[in-house]
Amino acid sequence: MTTPLVTASGLSKHFEVGGGGFFGLRKAATLKAVDEVSFTINAGETLGLVGESGCGKSTLGRLLLRLIEPTSGTIAFDGNDITRIGRMEMRGYRRSMQIIFQDPYGALNPRMSVEDIIAEPLVIHGAKPGAETRKQVTQMLEKVGLPARALDRFPHEFSGGQRQRIGIARALVLHPRLIVCDEAVSALDVSVQAQIVNLLQDLQREMGLTYLFIAHDLSVVRHISDRVAVMYLGKVVEVADKKTIYAAPLHPYTQALIAAVPAQHPAQRSRGRRQRIAGDIPSALNPPSGCRFHTRCPHVMPVCRERAPELREAAAGHQVACHLTDI
Amino acid sequence: MNLLEVRGLTTAFMTGRGEVNAIEEVSFSLKEGEILGIVGESGSGKSVTALTVMGLLPQPPARVAAGEVVFNGQNLTRMSDRDMQRIRGPGISMIFQEPMTSLNPVFSIGDQIMETIAAHERLSQADLRKRAIDMLDKVGIPSASKRLDDYPHQMSGGQRQRVMIAMALACNPKLLIADEPTTALDVTIQAQILDLLMDLRDEFGMAIMIITHNMGVIAETADRVLVMYAGRVIEEAPVAQVFDRPLHPYTRGLLECVPSLTEDKPRLVAIPGTLPEPARRPPGCRFAPRCSHALPACSEAIPGLELLEPAHTVACFRAQELAPA
Amino acid sequence: MSDVADAEGIALKREHPARATLRRLFRHRLFVTGLLLFGVIAVIAITAPWITTADPQRLSMRNKFLPPGEAWVFGTDNFGRSLWSRVVWGAQLSMIIGASVVGLNAVFGTLIGALAGYFRRLDNALMRVNDALMAFPAILLAIAVTSVLGPSTLNVILALSIVYIPRTARIVRSSVIVLREMEYVQAAVAAGAGHWRILRHHILPNAMAPMIVQLSFLFAYAVLSEATLSFLGVGAVPPTPTWGNIMAEGRDFMREAPWIITIPGVALMITVMGLNLLGDGLRDVLDPRLRIQQ
Ligand SMILES: Nc1ncnc2c1ncn2[C@@H]1O[C@H](COP(=O)(O)OP(=O)(O)OP(=O)(O)O)[C@@H](O)[C@H]1O
Ligand SMILES: Nc1ncnc2c1ncn2[C@@H]1O[C@H](COP(=O)(O)OP(=O)(O)O)[C@@H](O)[C@H]1O
Ligand code: SF4
Ligand code: SF4
Ligand SMILES: [Mg+2]
Ligand SMILES: [Mg+2]
Repeated sequence: MTTPLVTASGLSKHFEVGGGGFFGLRKAATLKAVDEVSFTINAGETLGLVGESGCGKSTLGRLLLRLIEPTSGTIAFDGNDITRIGRMEMRGYRRSMQIIFQDPYGALNPRMSVEDIIAEPLVIHGAKPGAETRKQVTQMLEKVGLPARALDRFPHEFSGGQRQRIGIARALVLHPRLIVCDEAVSALDVSVQAQIVNLLQDLQREMGLTYLFIAHDLSVVRHISDRVAVMYLGKVVEVADKKTIYAAPLHPYTQALIAAVPAQHPAQRSRGRRQRIAGDIPSALNPPSGCRFHTRCPHVMPVCRERAPELREAAAGHQVACHLTDI
Repeated sequence: MNLLEVRGLTTAFMTGRGEVNAIEEVSFSLKEGEILGIVGESGSGKSVTALTVMGLLPQPPARVAAGEVVFNGQNLTRMSDRDMQRIRGPGISMIFQEPMTSLNPVFSIGDQIMETIAAHERLSQADLRKRAIDMLDKVGIPSASKRLDDYPHQMSGGQRQRVMIAMALACNPKLLIADEPTTALDVTIQAQILDLLMDLRDEFGMAIMIITHNMGVIAETADRVLVMYAGRVIEEAPVAQVFDRPLHPYTRGLLECVPSLTEDKPRLVAIPGTLPEPARRPPGCRFAPRCSHALPACSEAIPGLELLEPAHTVACFRAQELAPA
Repeated sequence: MSDVADAEGIALKREHPARATLRRLFRHRLFVTGLLLFGVIAVIAITAPWITTADPQRLSMRNKFLPPGEAWVFGTDNFGRSLWSRVVWGAQLSMIIGASVVGLNAVFGTLIGALAGYFRRLDNALMRVNDALMAFPAILLAIAVTSVLGPSTLNVILALSIVYIPRTARIVRSSVIVLREMEYVQAAVAAGAGHWRILRHHILPNAMAPMIVQLSFLFAYAVLSEATLSFLGVGAVPPTPTWGNIMAEGRDFMREAPWIITIPGVALMITVMGLNLLGDGLRDVLDPRLRIQQ
């Protein structure tokens, strides 16, 4: 049974950039980091979110947790609209939604001990520092595979993979339901990356977690996700279950993205065999008209330059935003 | 004759805790037109190897403690700075991971390419400009003549990396060292840059040393592969051999821990632990604390590289007995 | 979960970060030298009542212009006052002024900088005022302020604070702006932390390093500026013994009694140099990034 835990509808985040100057005289431009995005994340599943740098993945993840305020659109958590609720009411929801970051070095306060770092969410939600809290923290540490003697250590004493475990423990200590993993394994060496991916999967099973797994590595996303959403320049262009999207992608951008992944064996070298998309990602400040992918799309048609395609159901559970599939 | 011949290279750094070897007894060779891939996790010594070959490490704190680098018959480790400068450019040139920090933000890209050429060849201003436009064309920058006067910040990450490659190629080097040339780039751009490097090799026949932590990049580009771990070369073989018959437990682990794009695996095979820092390397086989095949004897001596199969060397005491049939 | 075992283990030897910092500081040669120089002056200033016998303000025309010697360690000045007493009490005043300016800066500079950096809505207003104050050369602004308020020790402290707080605030603000975007701050927000908690636990402790470095240099500027103000006659009113006052009076007798101007000058130099070395050391150890930028 699939029940949505998170539903985003028409979610947008526009940043004003380049403005300010002396007395705010310089005119600001609007950067549409996330533009009218709608999707759901089902309870207990992992939704992978892929796309190239700057396409709005992190912004979208932070919007869901209301770490930044949306320009428009709504977010529902467990059926309740949390888009406009106040700070205090939001605090209640914060217990249920947490985030794990990419940079194992920037994600932990260097002046706090591991115990204080992991206990902080508990303390914020009313726990008294003491034996009981310490016990909970120790249990969490063990769950993520760190010994209790790590408690009174400081972040600089740990390797990148160990820091990532501490960050995971901090995110899980309140027993949340939704975790946004923003490139949680991208900065790690492959051998350590595999340890953390396994850990995330074990914890998901054990604690019934729901993940939004943001990453740019398509093979890791395939491994960990149930469904995958692809973003391009602030838009979600395709969503489908992972088998479908990797085996039979419909959107030309998804196709290009998968074709660009390096071969896993020298016998499957892609040069000269797979289609490449040319050019660079256009600037998000000045995105192309109509379909944002039209400047690089090998199948571009006149209509693509004029009208933006909408995200539509192309098959059961498979949504695409492309004029090709509209016809 | 080999274009590049590295023998027993050991580079040490002076640190707060005394002198530590960043790389130890690294040996390999490279022929004209060959692409050698060097793969290993961060801190395994890939960049130090590249920078030692280029003579670009600041001395001190760095010191070439042993070994030699022979390029085109000349011993680079004994060469004066002036002579070394003449080798860099037309002999060996290098591109780096971070294209933004390796380009000077206050000069236009055209000026930077022209300056590189002018350092080695006497050409008129007009000819220099023409060559620079040519180079930008070659690396696939559209409307090159217009972009020549742009500054690095006006270009995207992928374009900057192309500019870096254009600069590196400006003097027709015999050997190009590419240190993680695509790590900072997106996959679609990575694919373009890797294609470009292969095209340039085919066109000019230069040798390329491509350094990466990504087995996929190796699979896409390399002819021969060197696997490094904790400062040492632990396996060397033709690319197909490395993927089909990896002989070192670490190489095998490295291949197994990446998820597949086509197959479902219930669980990834992870290598426990992490790469030790140079000052905290274990005695004996550096991989022993993480190796599932380790025996007590593995921690007693450092296994040397041995030729186990044609063109395939490996540094593991148990490689023979563990080799697949 | 067997594959999560840590082969390398966590370092056996462990050390509190504060302790590690102290250890590195005391190994830093410049820092130790600076600390010694400044420490000597500070000890002299604190123990002034016990190490001086003569009243620094008692005139004794009989004894004027006595050179340094056995009876008068530093000699006497044009009014026959003991130069030792005057310089020692002057040290005390310099320290009081320096410490007060540093204290006011630590409180108000941090407050304004943290508010401006953390609450972007306050930023524009606070920083415009700040920029306006910083547009004047420091010493001219200080002279202007003391001329308006009138010369007195308290007014010197006020003037120097008005001059330097905007500069301190700007430094704090820029660290806060960087720290506010750190992922651990976002993690705290995600856990439901309020502004106060974030500022107190996550931002201010990490903004301390550049702040401490700045304050040690500020101490030196304050001592130097105080001397300049007194020397120009807009600082503490004579006969209050301050290094600036002593030097101003000694200026007229440079030929016949060079020690009057030289001794406080040397004291000033030792203090300022000590503080600068101390600051350099702190900067190297606490905030190595700053070293590259300079
Ligand atoms: N605070 C901000 N102010 C202005 N622009 C912003 C801000 N945050 C993000 N952006 C812009 O919004 C766009 C999307 O950014 P975002 O960080 O969500 O990308 P991303 O997909 O996570 O990229 P990456 O893979 O590099 O992490 C980018 O163009 C970025 O420059
Ligand atoms: N300037 C330096 N001083 C001290 N140690 C260094 C220096 N540069 C590199 N090292 C050490 O040498 C080892 C190998 O580094 P490097 O070659 O950069 O690894 P990678 O394989 O990631 O390129 C690392 O452990 C690194 O810490
Ligand atoms: S809408 Fe047009 S341009 Fe966009 S992806 Fe589809 S075919 Fe290509
Ligand atoms: S030498 Fe021993 S420890 Fe090292 S890789 Fe071989 S089996 Fe493992
Ligand atoms: Mg991101
Ligand atoms: Mg490197």
